[in-house]
Amino acid sequence: MRLRLVKKNTNFDFFGKWKLWLGISAVLVVLAFGSFLLQGLNYGIDFRGGTTIRTESTQPVDVGEYRDAIGALGLGDISISEVFDPTFGPEQNVAMVRIQAQDGEEAVSVAVIEQVESALAEVVPDIKFVSVESVGPKVSGELIQTAAIAVVLAIGAVLIYISLRFEWQFALGAVAALLHDVILTIGIFSELQIKFDLAIIAALLTIVGYSLNDTVVVFDRVRENLVKYKKKDLKEVLNLSINETLSRTFMTSATTLLALIALFVLGGDVIRGFVFAMIWGVIVGTYSSIFVASAILLWLGVKRDWTKPTDTTGNQFANVDA
Amino acid sequence: MLQIDLWKRLLIWITVAVGLVLALPNLFYPRVEQHNDAVAAIELSGESPELLDQASGWPSFLPSGLVNLGLDLRGGAHLLAEVQVQDVYASRLEALWPEVRDVLRQERDTVGTIRLQPSNPDELRVRISQPEGMERALELVRGLAQPVVSLTGAMSDDLNVVADGADVVVTLSEAEQLATDERTMQQSLEIIRRRIDEVGTREPTIQRQGTDRILIQVPGIGSAAELKEIIGTTAQLTFQPVVGRSDDANASAGVGNEVLPSLDENGVFYILEQAPVVTGEELVDAQPAFDQNGRPAVNFRFNPTGARKFGDYTAANIGNPFAIVLDEEVISAPVIQSHIPGGSGIITGNFSVEESTQLAVLLRAGALPAGLEFLEERTIGPELGQDSIDAGRIATLVAFAAVLVFMTLSYGLFGVFANTALVINIALIFGLLSAIGATLTLPGIAGIVLTVGMAVDANVLIFERIREELKTAKGPARAIELGYEKALSAILDANITTFITAVILFVMGSGPVRGFAITLGLGILTSVFTAIFVTRLLIVMWFERRRPKTIEV
Repeated sequence: MRLRLVKKNTNFDFFGKWKLWLGISAVLVVLAFGSFLLQGLNYGIDFRGGTTIRTESTQPVDVGEYRDAIGALGLGDISISEVFDPTFGPEQNVAMVRIQAQDGEEAVSVAVIEQVESALAEVVPDIKFVSVESVGPKVSGELIQTAAIAVVLAIGAVLIYISLRFEWQFALGAVAALLHDVILTIGIFSELQIKFDLAIIAALLTIVGYSLNDTVVVFDRVRENLVKYKKKDLKEVLNLSINETLSRTFMTSATTLLALIALFVLGGDVIRGFVFAMIWGVIVGTYSSIFVASAILLWLGVKRDWTKPTDTTGNQFANVDA
Repeated sequence: MLQIDLWKRLLIWITVAVGLVLALPNLFYPRVEQHNDAVAAIELSGESPELLDQASGWPSFLPSGLVNLGLDLRGGAHLLAEVQVQDVYASRLEALWPEVRDVLRQERDTVGTIRLQPSNPDELRVRISQPEGMERALELVRGLAQPVVSLTGAMSDDLNVVADGADVVVTLSEAEQLATDERTMQQSLEIIRRRIDEVGTREPTIQRQGTDRILIQVPGIGSAAELKEIIGTTAQLTFQPVVGRSDDANASAGVGNEVLPSLDENGVFYILEQAPVVTGEELVDAQPAFDQNGRPAVNFRFNPTGARKFGDYTAANIGNPFAIVLDEEVISAPVIQSHIPGGSGIITGNFSVEESTQLAVLLRAGALPAGLEFLEERTIGPELGQDSIDAGRIATLVAFAAVLVFMTLSYGLFGVFANTALVINIALIFGLLSAIGATLTLPGIAGIVLTVGMAVDANVLIFERIREELKTAKGPARAIELGYEKALSAILDANITTFITAVILFVMGSGPVRGFAITLGLGILTSVFTAIFVTRLLIVMWFERRRPKTIEV
């Protein structure tokens, strides 16, 4: 007896309403973009400079008390939040204090951090500062630039690779799916105001990788079936290919999600945002390889005859490429 | 059908075995770490029974490479410093003034009297009273220039000398600036390395980043502030001629002079000539010592050029005071009693024994040639690191177990094959990480967990394909073969694209992100290897033994 996520022979019609799916994705992308423009991201210090101090104490965290203690120092914008995590012990109360970058100071001042630490130690005697991180505005500006370049480079490299291995329509479909995933991920981070730092960029690039992985497996099958069923309609070929790879798609998503969920629950709060981005990315990445990448392929049409490069068969989409 | 050559089988098993052996030390992390530390200590300071005992905790014929734990797992401090390379231009030009003065003086008839003019720090401005002699003055000063060999091979002089009205303006040429920057960076790196080594912490990372930055990571240190103290900011030692004393910090010093406070006498200021006689760069040794009155002091010795300059100066200035200046403070300003020829001397002051020891260390390590500005600093407490390791370990184990169970339930015996490959895969990742001395960070652990999830992908692709091929009933052996054959292009394309992103992450990322990119990238390599070769070999071996008429995947 085998566990099967997907029945042996499926024949779902994925493209009956492909315009609707593509439309929904477009709306979601617009929403995500709107949220990003209106609300912006909750950038961590990696990207906007400043200092974060992680405190730990046996006494419950009283955010107001912390705020009063530090507020008196006149350090500008301060945010204090308590951190909860199932992996913490009963006597472990953790808070994150964030201080904005101080005006006109490039170098990180030890004095400011010492002031904050002693002010906090006065209200909470047993407080420990388990991590202190400061990033100057110069570096944070560069980090955000490098991160953006990395994402663009990754997408560009992928565009080239897929164009070489497949056809340009495939590459466009794959990249549209990628952008869809990246934008939706940024959108959810903006909507939920989860801290967006360097690690999230790593997660974004992993999503790029994963989403592609999925898309490429479907496309590989499409390519194979296009040769195998020369007379079939492109829509049917796409549908067949997705149905054939559906079992694999779900198996891989399931194992990856299993691993990620374990990490999300048990991995501690430090990387939770990172893992959340990846879980989200696996879900939208799986969705997008079917409903975005393949739908765009259907929209653009593809060259049908892979043996003779210039010849196209009579297909309403084939002319697009001719 | 389904044949794998013997040599290929051997190669696969040998690769797996090597990977496993390389990964082995990580299972006994504390013991191997102790062994490695002891071996290093024996090499450094000779054997002792205790060290030998610790070293014998791990057999020496086994590999002892460990995965380095990143700062976020071990705790420690991280600094990103920018070296203020322009600082050096100013001191280079300052040091040039006496030479310029001397050559121009010899031709007083043509150029007239010469006076140093206040100017930007990156230029030296000298006014001559007879502008008619400018041609000659420029020629003379240009004669001081030395050729610079730049990387492009083009020869150019190190100084640009131009006339500006009645002023001779000397600046460093572009080639010289580049060459100076390079030297400054090399020196700074070397000095930071030496200072950190003096404290004796484990595996510090001191790396140049870009043109003028240095990344410093020291595990196990209490805080970034502490690390900054060890590195110091400049510790610039100079010996400067004294012009006078004053109790006014704003006393007018005159061009070419500066006013510096005394280190231990409050309210006392010295007026000094800016151009030093000798600098700390020319020191070869400094040791804590005691002067004839039994007070703590520091003995020092100059290299031959420094000794000559120091000797000439002391011979010519007996009875005059000169100042020993450390980081813009006058430690002491003794009067020169006699000619000091040997190039060694003693610095006395109001030191405690600790201070004189500290000063000797600073002097020995040498001064940083330029100031440092800290752009980024992070301190991670060891508790947080340990928490992260614990959480990461549990999460990895649970993720691992879940995937193993899931695969077995889904694919039965073939799932077991895939699971075996998965275990080998993880071992190979750790083996590779140890072999290349890579650093494992918290995002790196996430990368491994992600690999656990994704590594089965290749096997899933193959197994699903075998299932499909079985439907067309070509017999099990043929189905397995076709499954591998047809799944290959999808596996390669999918993994190459992911690998591209891992490479880009590695190149563009820094710190933890890079750690993630390494485990992700290695994970892709090992998972493709295990899926294409190891599971295949396992299946083929099973198939040869059992010769099943039908198989169920």
